[in-house]
Amino acid sequence: MDNHLFLQRRERLMALKSRREGKSPQVRAVAGKCPGCGAAIPKAELAKNLYVCPECGRHHPIGAYLRLSLILDPNSFRELDERLAAPNALNFPGYDDKLKALRRATGLTEGAVSARGRIDGRECVACVLDSRFFMGSMGSALGEKVTRAVEHAQKYKLPLIIFSASGGARMQEGILSLMQMAKTSAALERFSRAGGFYISVFTHPTTGGVTASFASLGDITLAEPGALIGFAGPRVIEQTIGEKLPDGFQRSEYLEEHGFVDAIVPRGELRAALARLLMLHERGNRRG
Amino acid sequence: MADRTAEQRVALARRAGRPGTADYIAHLFTDFFECRGDRLCREDPSILGGVALYYGRPVTVLGHRKGKSLEENLTCNFGMPGPEGYRKAQRLMKQAEKFRRPVITFIDTPGAYPGLEAEARGQGEAIASTLALMSALTVPAVAVVTGEGGSGGALALGVANAVLMLENAVYSVLSPEGFASILWKDSARSGEAAELMKLTAADLLELGVVDAVIPEPEEGAHTAPEAVYAAVDQALAAHLTPLLKIRDCAGHRYQKFRAMGALAASGREGL
Ligand SMILES: [Zn+2]
Repeated sequence: MDNHLFLQRRERLMALKSRREGKSPQVRAVAGKCPGCGAAIPKAELAKNLYVCPECGRHHPIGAYLRLSLILDPNSFRELDERLAAPNALNFPGYDDKLKALRRATGLTEGAVSARGRIDGRECVACVLDSRFFMGSMGSALGEKVTRAVEHAQKYKLPLIIFSASGGARMQEGILSLMQMAKTSAALERFSRAGGFYISVFTHPTTGGVTASFASLGDITLAEPGALIGFAGPRVIEQTIGEKLPDGFQRSEYLEEHGFVDAIVPRGELRAALARLLMLHERGNRRG
Repeated sequence: MADRTAEQRVALARRAGRPGTADYIAHLFTDFFECRGDRLCREDPSILGGVALYYGRPVTVLGHRKGKSLEENLTCNFGMPGPEGYRKAQRLMKQAEKFRRPVITFIDTPGAYPGLEAEARGQGEAIASTLALMSALTVPAVAVVTGEGGSGGALALGVANAVLMLENAVYSVLSPEGFASILWKDSARSGEAAELMKLTAADLLELGVVDAVIPEPEEGAHTAPEAVYAAVDQALAAHLTPLLKIRDCAGHRYQKFRAMGALAASGREGL
């Protein structure tokens, strides 16, 4: 069924979507003035540098399709559960309208995109959270998408890579949002016990329920430089303890120092690092 | 059951004098032996746990502990565990599995502690790995939400085959105050938030998040604790007994949590 024409069409679609992400208002704002150093970076230069500020090294958030296009081999992308979307289960006022507006603005149906593809020829399942959609917050659909990505990887005995970026819970889905923490963690535990290999990549920012569930359960845990990673948000902590937090608190480097991250990998080196990890964990290379 | 607003139930759930984990352990179990410490860093008194007999059968009991006096409240950090509390819980759950004991948990916490040391020692990782471990336990697990079920810090003890909830307990993704301040930048609108959040036992039963609601005395659990112990005991025994006969407890639990939000999410597929 997977003939060349289909693959080309999918590829064009991803290219279209990632180009659109390169033109998003967020990217334009960053190009105008880098929040890290204040420098104005021409958009083309920013794009060439994978949206990392050439002046200060700040890794700016990028869209899910753009992320996938940076790590997957050409012509290997196949999206999974593309149309999965959550209804307004709690009848939360204004939620439907907000979802509709975000879908129009971002071209996404939910805050995560799942795909099957290859990295340096090795097949894998990749799921990418997108902070432009409700801050990548975890509602039912996002939790379901992550869970289905895990189950797909388990079914086809593929390695799994999840890129996290999330503000935490999807307030409008209340308790159902909370339950996604249990659902995704349970699926990953099953996957792990079945011998599945999971790489978790923290990107800026990842907090709340996503940190306290699937993002913290990787066999290998990577982080982009300078990403904010935590359970409680910095403002909540400051309010609780009544002090200013030290510089660098809850950043990737802080987590690495405290033993919660295997390696901090700059965006430009991520594809190569993932390829090497997939090679090292290839089923053919396992004994016993 | 009494007719109350969500806001009134939030107040009752938090009320001083409401029976807590230590009370349930004292009244429902015998020969309780408290197990302390996570074997990694320290003892966290905000989670109380150990081994006890329940109708003559050894069980592992775990629950959040808020403390009864101000002094105890401070020792127990008002029931807000740090990572060490969750790692102690994991240690006890693993032992439960080793010795084939059912796990019974009591949930009553405003949430996991949002503090500097808690973050430094991996609060997120501690909760995540507890969720994963509890989800796959091969022994039966029953959770009872007795007071405040606050966020991931509550859920970490709540991945059970049966989840029961007291009539005036609440269970939510965060506090109504936090919810109002995030959504409307106004924590004073917490009453309004409580209504919207669907955090009462009746709401959660309807959403399929809890399996049964345990009725309380007319004026709340603190007014007649003895009646509450009896009601919790009865519900606990009724839900634990059939679970003892299930061969694949982990599979049963997986299906239960796998379904949370799954139907809702697929409802609009083809958008
Ligand atoms: Zn910069």
